[in-house]
Amino acid sequence: MTDLQVFFQQLITGLSCGMIIALIALGYTMVYGIVELINFAHGDLFMLGSFLALTIIGALGLDQVGVDSLVSWGIFPLFIAAPVFCGALNWGVDRFAYRPLRDAPRLAPLVSAIGVSFVFLNLGLFWGGAPMQVFNMGGAAAAPKDFPALVSNRNLLGDSVIQFTAKDLLVMGMTIPLMIGLTVVVKYTRLGKSMRAVAQNATAARLMGIDVDRVIGATFVLGGALGGVASVVYAIYNNTIYFQMGYRAGMDAFTAAVLGGIGNLPGAVLGGIVIGVVRAMSDQYIATEWTNAVVFSILILVLIFRPSGLLGAAVREKV
Amino acid sequence: MIGLTSRCVCMIAACLLGALGVAYAQDPNTIKIVSSLPQTGSANAQTSTMVNGIRMAIDEVGGKAGPFTVRYEPWDDASPERGQWDPAVEAANADRAIADPDVMAYIGTYNSGAAKIAMPKLNQAGVLMVSPANTWPGLTKPGIGEANEPMTYRPSGNITYFRVVPADDIQGLVAAKWAAEMNCKKVFILHDRELYGKGVATMFQKSAPALGLEITGFEGIEPKASNYKSLVTKIRQKNPDLVYFGGTTQTNAGQIAKDLRSAGLNVKYMVPDGCYEKAFIQAAGAENVEGSAFITFGGVPPDRLTGKGKEFYENYKKKYNSEPEGYAAYGYEAAKVVLDSIARAGKKDRGAIVAAAAATKDFEGALGKWSFDANGDTTLKTMSGNTVKNGEYAFVKVLGE
Repeated sequence: MTDLQVFFQQLITGLSCGMIIALIALGYTMVYGIVELINFAHGDLFMLGSFLALTIIGALGLDQVGVDSLVSWGIFPLFIAAPVFCGALNWGVDRFAYRPLRDAPRLAPLVSAIGVSFVFLNLGLFWGGAPMQVFNMGGAAAAPKDFPALVSNRNLLGDSVIQFTAKDLLVMGMTIPLMIGLTVVVKYTRLGKSMRAVAQNATAARLMGIDVDRVIGATFVLGGALGGVASVVYAIYNNTIYFQMGYRAGMDAFTAAVLGGIGNLPGAVLGGIVIGVVRAMSDQYIATEWTNAVVFSILILVLIFRPSGLLGAAVREKV
Repeated sequence: MIGLTSRCVCMIAACLLGALGVAYAQDPNTIKIVSSLPQTGSANAQTSTMVNGIRMAIDEVGGKAGPFTVRYEPWDDASPERGQWDPAVEAANADRAIADPDVMAYIGTYNSGAAKIAMPKLNQAGVLMVSPANTWPGLTKPGIGEANEPMTYRPSGNITYFRVVPADDIQGLVAAKWAAEMNCKKVFILHDRELYGKGVATMFQKSAPALGLEITGFEGIEPKASNYKSLVTKIRQKNPDLVYFGGTTQTNAGQIAKDLRSAGLNVKYMVPDGCYEKAFIQAAGAENVEGSAFITFGGVPPDRLTGKGKEFYENYKKKYNSEPEGYAAYGYEAAKVVLDSIARAGKKDRGAIVAAAAATKDFEGALGKWSFDANGDTTLKTMSGNTVKNGEYAFVKVLGE
């Protein structure tokens, strides 16, 4: 491989990984934008989504795609079930863990979020044991599970040294339309307008006749559903899931949200992509040992010069 | 923050349990043996067969060692949020063992990093510690690990720590030799930056040049990363015949195999005994390691043991109705030697039992006939090379003879 080829290969890897981070980051940033709560449970919610996906794969008896085909039909039920499940679960979390604390001091829902995160983590640990065994997906509770390659690894660029696989295409093909769709929802629909109104001033929004709790609930559903999509994309892209993946991926996504300007949707996407690309480049040109240090140094630098994140100041409106 | 809160809870819980232990009336004829192995996390498949092995050794002698009744308690040194051994839990376990006057022997740990924490504590209190799995050379051997090793683990000046498994200085060398035998020329070395993983990888790196192997890279990975695709691109650029990973299933050995395959890289992939468990094949996906993964193991696989080892294997299968993992025989052997030491000491005294263990010579156990040397290491040196066939481990050959 020539140096230029290596660079482009890393760019592709970085973009794909970054877009997955961005999908998760949207869930953090939407919730923060509207209720100013860092939903620590979001990463673990994402993990549960992928466990559901693997359970469905087991129940349907799906295996990895053959050599000839690019995509298994099996991904369609996953892309429906996981977002529905995660959206509903996130709504439930808001309803029972955060809504009763809406008027409590800021710290109370934060602690509640950490609690929910623990509950989910242990739920994942349990789910990875006996329930997975039912479908023969590996019964060692905490062991990483192999997620069948439902999308092929075939290089779409033919014999080129640079690999752009069907998996990369899937990541981009899911992420970009979703982001456009989300922007349209927030900008032009009635729900989007109410969300922005609640974000700016909940009391005023209530006085204008907006059902604040319903709007917040809808935001949780949307954020959770995006997390659900992300969980399937992540699992197909990396082919491994384990009960702690939510913590690690959530950490990256949360960093991305802060880097882009927490509460800002395009910012979360930009933050995710920046982190993905920086990670890949740092792995290549510095050393893998230093990658985390590089990512967080960039975060610190950005926050010193732009305390509200990359896009935080440019766009005033939240959500 | 998350880790901290739960650690506090663990510590408090451990303290309470410790206090309870002290409160129990002591029986002069009862001796307690405890084990500290990670039982939350993917190592559990391995460690639960080790616990079975220990139980079996105690049952075989009818729960008696000399005049004493032996009680056994398996303790966990892992925490759910780490998914592997946790320094805070290991420290609490050691303190709990010391505080309980009935505890005469501590079987553990599984991870060398955990041993570093428990060793000085137990040494100070004079409790016998026998590890069935630690392979970091510095724990016992002077001049190989860090400058202050192993004296830093022996504050009392006496040797109270023994192991029944050969250390990594042998494993790294044996792995490099095997790679050279397989006609590999260029090697890319990865490690997980942990004591064990980096230890074996470094030993491999040191022994490689003399065997005609060219090292094209030496990198520490992040064990919790979601994938290693960018690292694999870097490896692809160097075009090696073999990738050596010093690490365990818990530090993502499976994901590396997967990413190497998905990039279409046709390299051999060699890993040390920390991956010698079914969870590794499951995590990697059998198709990604079939015939291309090579695993060195500090002993011979359970079904290849001979003599007393064969008896152990047969009895184990009969008793538990399942196959033992690679380290089950070592758990069994550790318990055997502990029981033997207690019987030979003949009194309920920590010092006497340690002295009896140190004097172990020509012990005829499941692993063969061996002794403890002056450092507390086993005199056994044989290892085995394994690969994956039809989704199962397959024995290739005996190494290091």
